[in-house]
Amino acid sequence: MILEIPVESYNFSAAGEAASRVKKTLQRLGIDSQLIRRVAIATYEAEMNIVIHSDGGKIILQVDEEEIKVQAIDQGKGIADLELAMKEGYSTAPDEVREMGFGAGMGLPNMKKCADRLEIKSVVNEGTTVVMGFKNQS
Amino acid sequence: MDTRYHSVVLEEEKCKGCTNCIKRCPTEAIRVRGGKAFILTERCIDCGECIRTCENHAKKALADEFTVLEQYEYRVALPAPSLYAQFKTAKPENIISALYQLGFDEVFEVAYAAELTTFAIRSFLKKYFEHKPQNKPPLISSSCPAVTRLIQVRFPTLIPNLIPIDPPYLTAAKCFLREKLPLLNLPREKVGIFFISPCPGKITEIKTAQEKVVDGAFSFNTIFRQLNHCLRQKKPPAVNQLSSGVGIGWARAGGENLAVQVENAMAVDGIHNVVALLEEIEMGKLNEIDYVEATACPEGCVGGALTIENPFVARVTLRKLADFYGDRKLPEAVCQKAEALLEEDQAFFNYQNPLPAKPILQLDSDLSTAIRKMSQLEKILNKLPGIDCGACGSPTCRSLAEDIVQEQAQLTDCIIILREQLEELAQKLLVLAQIKPPAMGSLMEKEGKNDP
Repeated sequence: MILEIPVESYNFSAAGEAASRVKKTLQRLGIDSQLIRRVAIATYEAEMNIVIHSDGGKIILQVDEEEIKVQAIDQGKGIADLELAMKEGYSTAPDEVREMGFGAGMGLPNMKKCADRLEIKSVVNEGTTVVMGFKNQS
Repeated sequence: MDTRYHSVVLEEEKCKGCTNCIKRCPTEAIRVRGGKAFILTERCIDCGECIRTCENHAKKALADEFTVLEQYEYRVALPAPSLYAQFKTAKPENIISALYQLGFDEVFEVAYAAELTTFAIRSFLKKYFEHKPQNKPPLISSSCPAVTRLIQVRFPTLIPNLIPIDPPYLTAAKCFLREKLPLLNLPREKVGIFFISPCPGKITEIKTAQEKVVDGAFSFNTIFRQLNHCLRQKKPPAVNQLSSGVGIGWARAGGENLAVQVENAMAVDGIHNVVALLEEIEMGKLNEIDYVEATACPEGCVGGALTIENPFVARVTLRKLADFYGDRKLPEAVCQKAEALLEEDQAFFNYQNPLPAKPILQLDSDLSTAIRKMSQLEKILNKLPGIDCGACGSPTCRSLAEDIVQEQAQLTDCIIILREQLEELAQKLLVLAQIKPPAMGSLMEKEGKNDP
C-alpha cells in the first residue's frame, strides 16, 4: 500500500495535512494507536522540515505487514552538516519562522526518537531524502 | 454495557432523506439509504449535532417520559445548571421551587455538585503538577460525555489525558446516595434519581452505565412546558438555592476553566472545533497548554441540543446569573465539604471504570486485509468525482469509497459515475442505431471490399 502526498514549501496553513492523512490512513489499517502517534509526530516533523527548509517535496507512506515506512523527499538546499543537524536545539530556520513557533531545532532529534530506523541522504543544493521505518507490532 | 444503545434516534416519518445530517456528523456515523437517514450505532457519539442540523426535526433524543416518576416513592431531580438559563426572568430558586411543585421530593443542584467537582479537579491538578512530566500533551476535562466518547472512538491515544473525575451530575447523584438515602428508610429501587439534561450525550451515558447511579433523564423539552406553567404562577420561592455563581457558570463554555482556575488552560466548544483541537493535541502541538475544557455544544452546555433557548441568549442569561451569585471565589463551605468527602473516600469523585478505546475507523481487524482494502479504497477514490455531494447517501466521496470496499455500497451509487456510464451506453446505442440492416444497405457498403 502506497500513499503519496505533496508538500508545499512555506505553506504554513496547509502544514500538518500530510501527517494528518498519514495518521488517518494508519487508523483505517487498525494500527496500534501508540504506534500511530509516533509515526504521526515523526511525519509531522518531516513535513515541517519540507515546508521550512526546502523548495517543496512529498511524503510517501508505505505499509506492509512488517513495517510502516515514511519517506520525506524534497528538492532544495539540502543539509550541509548532518551531524550538527541531528543535535537538539540546532536550527537553521530563519527568524521569521521561529517567531511563528517553528524551527526550534527539535525536528530531526524527534524523528530519531520516534522512528525505529532513520536514514538521511542529503545533497547540498539538490535536496534531502529522509526514510523512517517503524516496526509493525501486530 | 450495551454499546449499541443511543439516545439519538431517527423519526422515520419526518426524515426526507436529505443529506444535511450526514455532512455534519463528526464521526461520519450517518448514511442515507432507501430515502431515510440511519445511524451506524458503533460510530455514534451522541453529540446531538444531527438533532441540531435536521431542519425536519427528524432526529430526537430518547429521554424518559414524565410518567416514569410514578414508579418511585421518592423522586430526586438533578437539574443541570444550563436549565437556569432557559428562562429570562425566573431565578434559580424559583426554578428549584417549581421542580418541587412538579412532584419531586428532592432537588439536588448539579450546579452545587459542579462546585464540589471544581474542588476535586483542583486537588487532582495540584498533585499532577507537582510531578508534571515535561513536554506532555495537556490534560482534558471529562465533563462532556460526547467529547469523552469522541476521544474513545477517534483519539484513543488521548484517553490517558482525560482527568479521571466524574462529571458533576454523577457527583450530585453520588452525594445524594451517600448522604440522603440512608436517612430515607427506603430501599434504593424505590428512589428515582433523574437528571434534567440539556443534551443527548448525558442521557446515553445514564442509560448505558454499567452501574446505575442515576435512574433516568428528562430533556429540557419534556419538562419545559410544565415548569413554565409553575413558574408563571409566580409563587414566592419555597427554597433557596445552594450553588454560587461558580457552579452555575459551568454551563457555559469557559465556565469550568474559570472555576478550576488553572494557568495555561484553554476552552473549546462546538464538536467540529473540538475535533480540530484534539488533532493538534494528538500531534503534540499544544504541549505548552496544561488543561483543556472541551464541550461538544456551541457555547457549552447552554447550547445543548435539547435546550430551548437560543445558545447565545442563554449564555448571556447564565453569565449574568453567575455574576450575580458570585463566580470568582469557590465558597469556603464547598471546599470544606469536598475536602471532607475526599478524606472519607479518596476516590469519591473518580470514575468507576477506566475508559476503553473503541476504535471505529479500521477497515479490517486483519492487517493484510486492511492493507488490501486500503489500496482498493484509494483506487476507487481516484475514480470518484471528489465533489462530496452526498447524493449517494455517504457523507464524502472518501466515505463512499470506504462503503464500497466494505460492500455496503456500489460504484454506481455515485450519480456522476452513473451519468458517465449512461453516456457511454447512450453512445453505444447511437452507434448501434446507426448501423443499417443488410436489407437497407450495409451489404452495399461491404460489397466493394468483401465480395469475392
